[in-house]
Amino acid sequence: MARGFDGVLKVALVYPELLGTYGDGGNALVLEERARRRGIEVRLVRVGVDDEMPDASIYLLGGGEDGPQRVGVDLLRRSSFVEHVRDGGFVFAVCAGLQILGTSFAVEGDDEYQGLGLVGAVTRRGETRAVGDLVVRVGDRRLVGFENHGGRTQLDASVEPLGVVERGRGNDGAADGFKTASAWATYAHGPVLAMNPWLADELIASVLGHELEPLASAADELYRERLATLTGHSSSGRLP
Amino acid sequence: MPGRFSFRDDLAKGAVRTVNLLSRLSARGSGTVAGGRVGLAIAPNLLAHLADGREFILVSGTNGKTTTAAMIASGWGGEVAWNATGSNMPPGHVAALVNSTSNRAVLEVDEAWLFAATRATKPRVIALLNLSRDQLDRANEVRLVAERWRGFLSNERDLTVVANANDPLVVYAAELVPSVAWCDVPTPWHIDAVSCPVCTKPVHFEEETWWSECGFAKPTVIATALTDELFVDGESYALKLELPGSFNRSNAAMALTALSRVGVDVTAALSKVNALASVAGRFSLRRWKGHCIRLLLAKNPAGFTAMLATLGEVNDDLWMAINARVADGHDPSWLYDVPFELLRGRRVYCFGERRLDLAVRLDYAGVDYVVVHGERALPVSDSVIDVLANYTAFQEWRAGSTAC
Repeated sequence: MARGFDGVLKVALVYPELLGTYGDGGNALVLEERARRRGIEVRLVRVGVDDEMPDASIYLLGGGEDGPQRVGVDLLRRSSFVEHVRDGGFVFAVCAGLQILGTSFAVEGDDEYQGLGLVGAVTRRGETRAVGDLVVRVGDRRLVGFENHGGRTQLDASVEPLGVVERGRGNDGAADGFKTASAWATYAHGPVLAMNPWLADELIASVLGHELEPLASAADELYRERLATLTGHSSSGRLP
Repeated sequence: MPGRFSFRDDLAKGAVRTVNLLSRLSARGSGTVAGGRVGLAIAPNLLAHLADGREFILVSGTNGKTTTAAMIASGWGGEVAWNATGSNMPPGHVAALVNSTSNRAVLEVDEAWLFAATRATKPRVIALLNLSRDQLDRANEVRLVAERWRGFLSNERDLTVVANANDPLVVYAAELVPSVAWCDVPTPWHIDAVSCPVCTKPVHFEEETWWSECGFAKPTVIATALTDELFVDGESYALKLELPGSFNRSNAAMALTALSRVGVDVTAALSKVNALASVAGRFSLRRWKGHCIRLLLAKNPAGFTAMLATLGEVNDDLWMAINARVADGHDPSWLYDVPFELLRGRRVYCFGERRLDLAVRLDYAGVDYVVVHGERALPVSDSVIDVLANYTAFQEWRAGSTAC
């Protein structure tokens, strides 16, 4: 059993008011529901900016605009977040959350703002903004999503990316996100776990330390449809 | 020079009319954008020239622009130049002014074009309704919009801003203007203003007020207050709208305040605003393949949240249609910012190009849903069915249905 799991899957949605630009809170809902439907006891905590950082099995960091991202990383630095993660807590981060976990990132007014340094990743300002669909090969699966960011992230040689970019930019046009023992991250922002149920399940499995039974849900059809659309096989007619 | 129509302006005006007529005749558009584009290409200052000598009210904000402008146009009475189709960028403004010689004009203005429209039309009044997240894949971050508004509005001495006192981002944009009529109107959406636009610390929302540690807070000198009653400048008015929704009450309060600032008698305007029953197809009853439907539009999380609260009192089936085209924003992630949990106990039929995204959202929200792949899945009903659609889906449903 992983250290972050003691019988109750505790999901902490961190600073949704700062890091929740576009539906990112959906990832917490998806984890909660997919665990609950399998009979796993689960508790969702929304961590507000005035709250103590709770002990959790999995922490979710979302996307944010420049100002809130800066406030968010400063608050995290002063909190016990890093200790919790070093103590066995797991992090799933998207977009600005990805940058925050890294060594440094660029925000308005500062080209090199200090990150939490949990992962060797430096984000500089990209020449253009990356706005559009993102497809990433992760092992033998594909992640589909949408990215909207201005960063270009370089990983240390020792850090493994989450996957290989097949469409969009991700970190740098070649790789997307990262995958360490305690943190997974992607540039696919918003409720990426809603569109990729397999990724949500892998996250839960990784925190629980064992494989999960398959769970059929509406998300399976959405995933198939998005994959077909984004990889060139367009789908179905529509009304009216 | 504004006011002096040149040969070039006349040519441009002719082009606006001709191209828009052709656009309408060929049924390729609503006939308000293409002509305006051609006209502006011929005469770049056309909007300022057309505006000269007219009295303007501009309306901007994320939600409620079209309805509020319609309320102002009808409340003003008589002929009013107005971009009634909702084309709210310069080509649409030009088309509205070419089509009417009235010396009174109301224009709804896209948030990003407010500075340009203000410079060209020199309005007496600007109504700022609200600011919230909308189409982040193509629009600016909402705080940047507030910052830009604040920047240019602080220099405006000859106009009155009618501004929502319950939206911190609107207050931030308007607080430096010498003449502001603050409107204390219900505004439930706060998620985009939870961190203070001045100091980035949390904004505290309480029952009657809101404030931030740095001192930035809800304005205290209020022109208009809306609870069960409407008060404008201390006078009480009976707001009894035909249009549904508490958000439309807020829109009406701001429309009437704007009219009061150009000298219109509020009592006279009120009866016309109360009687308005449908705006640009919104809330209209339509017939679609044997079903009688009521078309409802919402374009972003704040709009959907307000609309769900309005629909909340009944338990009938609901049809919803979601697209994600350019005009909608390509990314439907915002579905997770809408509290669809409010629909538990009802069945929702999912339409549109992104009906599966909607279905997944409803599934995780614990709401009963049906993904509609064909008409056969639809139950036959004698009662009116509400169809809630986002922007391009709404246009499709409007075009694909007939008047009831």
